[in-house]
Amino acid sequence: MSPTSLTGVRPLPRTPRTDFDFIAEKIAPGSRVLDVGCGDGELLARLVKERGVDGRGMELSQEGVNASVTRGLSVIQGDADTDLRDYPQDAFDYVILSQTIQATHNPSVVLQELSRIGQHIIVSFPNFGHWRVRLKLLLQGRMPETPSLGFHWYDTPNIHLCTLRDFTELCDTLDLHIDDALAVNGTRAKRIGKPGPLDNLTASEAVFMMSRKG
Amino acid sequence: MITTEKPEIAEAAAEAGERVNAKSCTETFGADEPLRLDSEVELSPFTISFQTYGRLNADKSNVVLVCHALTGDQFAASPHPVTGKPGWWSNMVGPGRPIDTDRYFVICPNVIGGCMGTTGPRDINQETGKPYGLSFPGVTIADMVRAQAMLLDRLGIDDIFCAIGGSMGGMQVLQWCAAYPGRVFSAIPIATAARHSAQNIAFHEVGRQAIMADPEWRHGSYLEHGTNPAKGLAVARMAAHITYLSETALHRKFGRNLQDRDEVSYGFDADFQIESYLRYQGSTFVDRFDANSYLYITRAMDYFDLAQDHGGILANAFRGTSTRFCVMSFTSDWLFPTSDSKQVVHALNAVAANVSFVEIDTDKGHDAFLLDEPEMLDTLSGFLESAAQRRGLTT
Repeated sequence: MSPTSLTGVRPLPRTPRTDFDFIAEKIAPGSRVLDVGCGDGELLARLVKERGVDGRGMELSQEGVNASVTRGLSVIQGDADTDLRDYPQDAFDYVILSQTIQATHNPSVVLQELSRIGQHIIVSFPNFGHWRVRLKLLLQGRMPETPSLGFHWYDTPNIHLCTLRDFTELCDTLDLHIDDALAVNGTRAKRIGKPGPLDNLTASEAVFMMSRKG
Repeated sequence: MITTEKPEIAEAAAEAGERVNAKSCTETFGADEPLRLDSEVELSPFTISFQTYGRLNADKSNVVLVCHALTGDQFAASPHPVTGKPGWWSNMVGPGRPIDTDRYFVICPNVIGGCMGTTGPRDINQETGKPYGLSFPGVTIADMVRAQAMLLDRLGIDDIFCAIGGSMGGMQVLQWCAAYPGRVFSAIPIATAARHSAQNIAFHEVGRQAIMADPEWRHGSYLEHGTNPAKGLAVARMAAHITYLSETALHRKFGRNLQDRDEVSYGFDADFQIESYLRYQGSTFVDRFDANSYLYITRAMDYFDLAQDHGGILANAFRGTSTRFCVMSFTSDWLFPTSDSKQVVHALNAVAANVSFVEIDTDKGHDAFLLDEPEMLDTLSGFLESAAQRRGLTT
């Protein structure tokens, strides 16, 4: 079972998971981690195994939750839009939101909640500013369907798509400091620190690591 | 201790019991060790009857406490001495089952107020020389758990690797975690709630009124009068049994099918299969259960409200807990719906507890926890395996 079919957000299986490599490398061994939208627990299981983290997960689909619990992970059924508020402040060292933010009803509130309950936030999402997306809209006059986006305009759960630049601006507004970032293009990935205009054109997706300012 | 008078049942039971290394045990607590009840009454002396399955390991770290439901008993994995039927949780507890008796030492005690050997209303009150009847003190879920803690103390067992139970058994699991947080490594409350709902109290009241309306009940002193309020108890069981099922399952199993007839009788025989089924459930129940025990134990469930016991905030019951929780509910359970389980999960999240929450998709209603639900068994196996690794329990 791939996380794809579970969250309904990512339609295509992707290997290797360069975003997972980046996240695994970023997370300090033995830390407390919450993976929001953890699917069938693939990343969480890896973090528990490789980094010895105290890992928890939240997943919208019950199928994904049950698969995660069966593999021995601590995962609950929950919705990023409504259920993060239960957690106390600074409950985790890292909170991960993997390929989920574009499917939330209120990304700004979700980001604020994440930064309240976690010291560091790691967010990955498809980049709507990618040249292929821009070109499709420009030349075909149709809503883009790319490997990173999938779905038709009428059946997509991705209701809040954004570009790297949009996301960076929201982080500024929310007083979130971008500590590091990874631009992914297909199977290639590059560390970008802070994304520039060229990254916004070439990255099909990105992973941001952030923390509260001050 | 309960013994059976039928040799063929005893023989089959012995054979089945051997596979799970079943032992029937009792422990009696004398005047120096009274059970201090929530009602501030001291119950003394008292006895706890319990079954054990499997073997206790050298450092006593492999104990699984199985807490039974309202009409359950200690015979979770070995045949019932009265009915001869297999243990009520044989699909969960046994060799190679999720609670593997080749690996864990399972203790399943009959609750205080019960009628299978643990002190309850049908036992003799030492002060009067007569059966307790209604002079038995009111008991609570916390009292049941307090008695179990005394039992474990007596057995020299400090820590429980896992406390597990469904329905009222789940209430006991939650109470264990709240009252003795340091003693429970992992907990699996299934199809349960941190407080009994108004609707559930209402159904219990119907059952109690049915018992008390039976003239043979004699204000609870039927044992002295040599009578038996079997009809009232059967009606109570019939009403309760409906709440354990779902409309979908009832329809699938019985529909409007007629029982042994081609047309309706225009009378009040059991025309429909569902009527016949419920009558059978009622009539067999009275052979193995005591009417006054039913009154006392339903009351204990009604009184259960873990939040109220902790300043009105459920999260306070679990503050600082290091127990690993796996909360489980069933989609078609309307007696203890998923929303009840979610309240527990929300409270556990509020204290950043280690919690998993699994909802099993089934149409079998509340009773699903007793049935062969592969997804329930698989997820619990995964949870227990992971907990066992953390606890350093190797196979």
